[in-house]
Amino acid sequence: MIGAVAGRFPVPVRRMAPARTLTVVVALTLAVLALLVIAVGTGDYPISPGDVVRTLLGQGDSATEFVVETLRLPRALTGILAGAALGAAGAIFQSIARNPLGSPDIIGFTAGSAAAAVFEITVIGGGTVAIAAGSTVGGLITALLVYGLAWRRGVSGYRLVLIGIGISAMLEATVNYLLTRGKIEDVQAASVWLTGSLNGRGWEHVWPTLVCLAVLFPLTTVLQRDLRMIEMGDEGAKALGVAVERSRLMNLLVGTLLTAVATAACGPVTFVALAAPQIARRLTAATGPGVMTAALTGAVLMLAGDVLAQRLFPSTPLPVGVLTGALGGLYLMWLLAQEARRNRA
Amino acid sequence: MTRLLGERLTLSYDDRTVAADLDVTIPDGSFTVVVGPNACGKSTMLRALARMIKPRQGQVLLDGQAISSLPSKEVARRLGLLPQSSIAPDAITVADLVARGRYPHQGLLRQWSKDDEAAVSSAMAATRVGDLAERAVDELSGGQRQRVWLAMALAQETPLLLLDEPTTFLDITHQIEVLDLCAELHEDQGRTLVAVLHDLNHACRYGTHLIAMRDGAIVAEGDPQEIVDAELVEAVFGLRCTVIADPETGTPLVVPAARRR
Amino acid sequence: MPLGRSTSTRALGLLVALAALAFILLLSISVGAKPIPLHRVWELLLHNDHSEDAVVVHDLRIPRTMLGILVGAALGVAGALMQALTRNPLADPGLLGINAGAATAIVLGVALLGITSATQYVWFGFVGAALAAILVYGIGAQGRSGATPVRLALAGTAVTFALNAVINGITIVDTRVLERYRFWLVGALGGHDTDVVWQIAPFLVVGLVLALAMARPLNALALGEDAGRALGAHVGRTRVAGAVAVTLLCGAATAAAGPIVFIGLTVPHVARALCGPDQRWVIPYSAVLAPALLLTADVIGRVIDRPGEIEVGVVTAILGGPIFVALIRRSRIAQL
Repeated sequence: MIGAVAGRFPVPVRRMAPARTLTVVVALTLAVLALLVIAVGTGDYPISPGDVVRTLLGQGDSATEFVVETLRLPRALTGILAGAALGAAGAIFQSIARNPLGSPDIIGFTAGSAAAAVFEITVIGGGTVAIAAGSTVGGLITALLVYGLAWRRGVSGYRLVLIGIGISAMLEATVNYLLTRGKIEDVQAASVWLTGSLNGRGWEHVWPTLVCLAVLFPLTTVLQRDLRMIEMGDEGAKALGVAVERSRLMNLLVGTLLTAVATAACGPVTFVALAAPQIARRLTAATGPGVMTAALTGAVLMLAGDVLAQRLFPSTPLPVGVLTGALGGLYLMWLLAQEARRNRA
Repeated sequence: MTRLLGERLTLSYDDRTVAADLDVTIPDGSFTVVVGPNACGKSTMLRALARMIKPRQGQVLLDGQAISSLPSKEVARRLGLLPQSSIAPDAITVADLVARGRYPHQGLLRQWSKDDEAAVSSAMAATRVGDLAERAVDELSGGQRQRVWLAMALAQETPLLLLDEPTTFLDITHQIEVLDLCAELHEDQGRTLVAVLHDLNHACRYGTHLIAMRDGAIVAEGDPQEIVDAELVEAVFGLRCTVIADPETGTPLVVPAARRR
Repeated sequence: MPLGRSTSTRALGLLVALAALAFILLLSISVGAKPIPLHRVWELLLHNDHSEDAVVVHDLRIPRTMLGILVGAALGVAGALMQALTRNPLADPGLLGINAGAATAIVLGVALLGITSATQYVWFGFVGAALAAILVYGIGAQGRSGATPVRLALAGTAVTFALNAVINGITIVDTRVLERYRFWLVGALGGHDTDVVWQIAPFLVVGLVLALAMARPLNALALGEDAGRALGAHVGRTRVAGAVAVTLLCGAATAAAGPIVFIGLTVPHVARALCGPDQRWVIPYSAVLAPALLLTADVIGRVIDRPGEIEVGVVTAILGGPIFVALIRRSRIAQL
């Protein structure tokens, strides 16, 4: 017979954040800083790590200062911010879709922004600002469209994913069509944008991104609590008092805005959104959306990708999207293989 | 006195009406059990009472107020639900899952307090899952998992607790264990319990107030000892039987008629 | 609305579908920049009088239509197989990384070896598709649980992204490659000659035969692995055979015509709605309905943009999208 009632057999419950998560967070932060120093120090004009740090602290000579502060630092910072935004967005979407393959793609944002940008580049011929603005607007409109079409007395994750797939496929076909009809120089420019690139990113990219993220990240942290509950099923969460539909909408909104900010900064580098949360989850072995660790992982992935992209083939610098795709894909494959080996009975 | 009731409820899924013009009252301080054949609407009614479903017509009142007008967290502090099926997030430990039951009592400014700690401890002790605290929920057996979900609902510390088929998929020892625990919650802690049960004999043994449903309507309700007889069982379930007194508890025991040879 | 489920009703339905396909086939030969009336088409099919019309019919339209039938059937059947194997109505044959594999091989071929002809594309594309599928299946099938749908999907995504990175890297650096690749990418039936058709035909025939042979084991596995094994089906063997069939069918189709979306995803749904979940009927129905759909899209593409054309890959996506969305909105999809 069950006899124990309140307090007779107290069970100690650990409530601090698991030690492992904290270790991982610290390690990732250090990695970001180390990569920042490397990113700023490598290039046609190499600067030693010591000099980098000195210059950042305001004690370098004017030539080094120019290279660091005008050319390399803003690019690296843009990479960090965009990577963090994408990592966080990916974590949110994967939590909502209850599926490790969730990403901003599911709400059609990526396809929408791509279609708008390619249209801008090949048909209208707009400049950088026009492209960034157009891609953001295109992405947001698509996300709204997908959400609206998926709404039928509430939005089920499954229906959202399906409709996102449908709309995305339509928009991708439009992109491919535009690519066949455009002039080759335009097509090449469009290709570069579509892959995601940090080339020529300056302070005019850093400041707006920083401001937006300063607003969005705290919001993300607050919304994450509800997200953890919704992972247990709509009904279980509702029973605990979570306003499920409203919470889901808010989270989708924030996730989409994070993606918009990153895309405006460097184009659609969505693989970071897909891989960063998965990698973070396996590093921390924690449950829950893990938005912050995903953000840090995203920053590492993006920065590492950019460093490699520039230095891999010294004569032909590649866009960062190529490397994040390759790195992320390879790492995910390795992780899957590892998991399988560990699970062998 | 009653804290939870439904007035003239019409409940439907898409185009299919499950119950029409249903009035249901949960007596305060009772252990109410709801029985009926498959698809009679008992789970639907329970979920409407728990505000999971919005009634097409009619309303559910909690403490005299329409439940749909109360903030969800406020409802969650007064009324708990153990749903029929829930998803355990990947690799979550027992302790973490039970701790999530404290959500309605927490907020941005109130993160984790001694009260939360105590509630989780006693919930885990009551359901005897204390030694499973660090295990992953998806590694446990069906019976253990059900007890963990029950612990989570208990950690919510609500005076009203609704349970949707809590004993399905459990072996008989665990069924009795869960029901005994419910009885304890009812008698020792004074909670009001409403449970949908598929086993009529369990319902008679443990319930203090029985609601029998068929085709979306309440056929009979009251003290099981007074209302459960062979006639009622035949009317509700279409089953011919004899009703005797349970040798252990004296409550009605339904013995189905033997197959004619 | 499902037909009556007796064998004769299903057989009748299949015949009706075949008749529809035959009609669309004729339409495909008749419509285009130079419209040729149906009765003339019929004449020319029976007797080649070497007139200008005959050239159009025999050298342009017939190869294109034949390619459409083969590619359509291949995609439809591959989709049906993929959905049956993964027990997932969302599965698309591209899940095994086939599109990305074919694309990568073709891009590498153009960049490193300077291949230019369609027939060369096909060989490279097919080998690439096969290698990618092997890689995906290999990664996904490891571990105690084997090639579960989730592992396959994850592996497929990982491989696709890694390969896309390679493709992007090459096409951005080498404009010449980009110039050719963008046309293959859009998925088209035009611009190929009969050689391509004969190239892929053997793969498709083998794939189709394999698919039909798997129909009964798939029916058993649809009930779950345990239930399927209890009925005598071999889980591992069926999965491998299925992956091989999907690779043969989808790999050859994509290598020949480029990636074409929605056919593999939606046609099996339509087939199942008409004839029920029995794979012995779903596969033949898919094999007939898919080419009908593909050729219809192709015809539309030729009509809308006369005298030019909009490639079939674009048309299937743009027309298929709203239909797909409408289907989803109407059906009652269970909460996951």
